[in-house]
Amino acid sequence: MLRETTRRFLEDRADSMVVRDLMEKPDGYDSELWKAGAELGWHGLAIPEEYGGIGFGFTELSIVVEELGRALFPGPFLSTVVMAANAILIAGSEQQKQEFLPDIAAGERIMTMALFDGPHGADPSDVAMRATATKEGWVLDGLKRYVAYGNVADTLIVAARTESGVSLFLVPGDAAGLRVSIVPTLDATRRETDVSFDQVVAQGLLGREGSAGPVIERILLLANVALAVEQVGGAQWCLETAVEYAKTRFQFGRAIGSFQAIKHKCADMLVAVEHGKSAAHWAARNADDEAETRIASPMAKAVCSDAYVGAAGETIQILGGTGFTWEHDVHLYLKRAKSTSLMFGGVRHQRRLLAKALGF
Amino acid sequence: MADEGALVDERIEKLLSGFGPDTDPKEFWGRQYDLGLAWVHFKEGFGGLGVKPKYQSVVQDRLEAAGAPVGNRELNLLGIGMGAGVLSAHGTEEQQRRWLRPMFTTDEIWCQLFSEPGAGSDLAGLSTKAYRDGDEWIVNGEKIWTTLAHVAKWGMLPVRTDPDAPKHRGITYFIVDMKAEGVDVRPLYQITGEAEFNEVFFGDVRIPDDQRIDAVGAGWRVAMTTLMNERVAIGGKILPRESGAIGIAVETWQEYGLDDPVLRDELARLWAETEAMRLTTIRAAEMRKVGVPGPEGSTGKLAWADLNKAITAFTLDMMGWDGTLFPGGYQKVRPTSIGDPKARQKQFLRARANSIEGGTSEILRNILGERVLGLPGEPRVDKDIPWKDVRRG
Ligand SMILES: Cc1cc2nc3c(=O)[nH]c(=O)nc-3n(C[C@H](O)[C@H](O)[C@H](O)COP(=O)(O)OP(=O)(O)OC[C@H]3O[C@@H](n4cnc5c(N)ncnc54)[C@H](O)[C@@H]3O)c2cc1C
Repeated sequence: MLRETTRRFLEDRADSMVVRDLMEKPDGYDSELWKAGAELGWHGLAIPEEYGGIGFGFTELSIVVEELGRALFPGPFLSTVVMAANAILIAGSEQQKQEFLPDIAAGERIMTMALFDGPHGADPSDVAMRATATKEGWVLDGLKRYVAYGNVADTLIVAARTESGVSLFLVPGDAAGLRVSIVPTLDATRRETDVSFDQVVAQGLLGREGSAGPVIERILLLANVALAVEQVGGAQWCLETAVEYAKTRFQFGRAIGSFQAIKHKCADMLVAVEHGKSAAHWAARNADDEAETRIASPMAKAVCSDAYVGAAGETIQILGGTGFTWEHDVHLYLKRAKSTSLMFGGVRHQRRLLAKALGF
Repeated sequence: MADEGALVDERIEKLLSGFGPDTDPKEFWGRQYDLGLAWVHFKEGFGGLGVKPKYQSVVQDRLEAAGAPVGNRELNLLGIGMGAGVLSAHGTEEQQRRWLRPMFTTDEIWCQLFSEPGAGSDLAGLSTKAYRDGDEWIVNGEKIWTTLAHVAKWGMLPVRTDPDAPKHRGITYFIVDMKAEGVDVRPLYQITGEAEFNEVFFGDVRIPDDQRIDAVGAGWRVAMTTLMNERVAIGGKILPRESGAIGIAVETWQEYGLDDPVLRDELARLWAETEAMRLTTIRAAEMRKVGVPGPEGSTGKLAWADLNKAITAFTLDMMGWDGTLFPGGYQKVRPTSIGDPKARQKQFLRARANSIEGGTSEILRNILGERVLGLPGEPRVDKDIPWKDVRRG
């Protein structure tokens, strides 16, 4: 049900014409669509009822995320609904939960997490920025990179180091000294920003000072589960597109799908996408189980990254010259596939995490 | 033999003696052509000296070492890399005289009008038609993916002149003036945002019969010569060790100060494969010199395409989050040469075409399997029936 209504909504209101239009616009999202999604319940699915949500779990949320990935829906959903909302649920005070979660559920607040300062950030220990205590409060200086939708965020959750370790700070999007610049991305449907901090005073801490390591670790695991699910949605689109083309494109008097070279490619893609689905859905279903997530998240992200990048690449190949054009949507999927595989640690990093979780 | 070498040496000396830092490249290429150093194995007076083709690499090496301009190939790849071979094998002297020199100097850029919306891998399925009208032919139809058509003066154009014949037999080959009335060139943007290639529409375009290459109905043979030259032009270039994509990958490893054993293993694996491929290309070139064309030649394009895709993708992996950026953003431009993209992300995207352009990797594998290894062919349903009865789409 949820899957059907979500897909129908996206097909009606956010087809690839809309996606292409949004990717040219600086904000990179559409506030009306954002609100409409919230009205359908997407944003509050996994937020408890006492904080204005519907009270389902990651499994239900992941159905929406998979459909968003299939449609390449642009917007700060991952950063707001998956990452920030969970960070607040895990580490926030009762008052912070009351302040932020109902707004997120209602689609009235956009949030993002600014975690890393260098290209290989994928781990709490990679947080480098410093925070200093002053009379006015905690003050942040430095540059955070690869911040999703920093350009439209009402609130940022920023990771920085203090004397006692890594901490998370809440910073209003309009804080004095904060400068956000949009950086051009491989996947133009996803906004990435550099955020520089010049004596920015934080609104407060999220969680206790120096204790953010495990929170960040958990958020990264959840983000990668969501990305894996999103990848499955995109990979499935590629598979369907390739198969449809192979049936209807004729060369040498035959449908190209009748050539074993193409048929085998499609069959291999099917196997890879099915494995991706299994891994991602398993991880989503077990997202509340912290121990299993340590295994299931990197497994899913690694398997789904390979499946998606592979499916998008093979689909381009099966479409021949058509697949190499800007006009056909498949390039948008290749770009999404490659960049999601690199976000929060590439495939090799995921395998490293998996090996660690398995104790070898 | 010794005479041939001495002749080439003497001409190179002569060419370089007049060359200085402010020599205009086009003037230089004109002189190179006139001295017979454009294609040394072509006839004298037509850019050649009638000597063995192996001397061309001597010319190339000496010119490169002297810092002389050698970039005409990149500017006019389809002309110099493919058109020249077609003219020398199938063109009349008159046609060679008219087209070879301005091609070599890049005064006239060429393009290849082979692919059509319904005829890609199945090139012989092409539908663009021509009928004869006195001393002229009248062409109607549509071509696609035509690289550099927007800057080209001349196009290599196979068309259907007999729809009742089986598909390979009813084709005739022309050189068309891209500025002629009725030729309409429209850009097609690619996944990089740029438009190297175009759609080309022909509406009652008139081509004089003296721009026909070879006999009426012999177009398939000419097209095959074009494609053989294309494969060498794409896959046969010998680059120095650790250049191209693998060179950039090694640079990336260093620039990012990486020390990860898994990445190192992968980089070394790709390095070794690239070097093995390079050595195969050298071996193939040496075989060609002694006149024994081996299968190594046809493996070049296939291997290069796969490797280039793998290496450019791996390079982004080494960059971590930086791989998600696209410096400069997507620019809708129409480049005037088939240049090497600079940014690593753009190289990753451009490499997707390597296994499609100039014949797909699937088709190349079929060729290697069937023609080189002698395996039985896949069933051909369309070979002997009239072209007009073949199913297309
Ligand atoms: C960047 C670029 C530049 C180009 N420049 C030019 C140019 O300047 N001039 C020009 O004429 N063309 C040009 N081309 C076109 C190119 O030659 C064709 O795209 C190519 O031959 C494939 O044709 P197609 O795109 O119609 O794909 P199709 O032939 O429709 O192939 C679709 C898929 O089916 C597979 N397939 C087809 N037949 C078989 C078979 N028998 N067995 C197994 N698999 C098969 C293909 O491998 C491919 O994966 C260019 C293409 C690109 C991408």
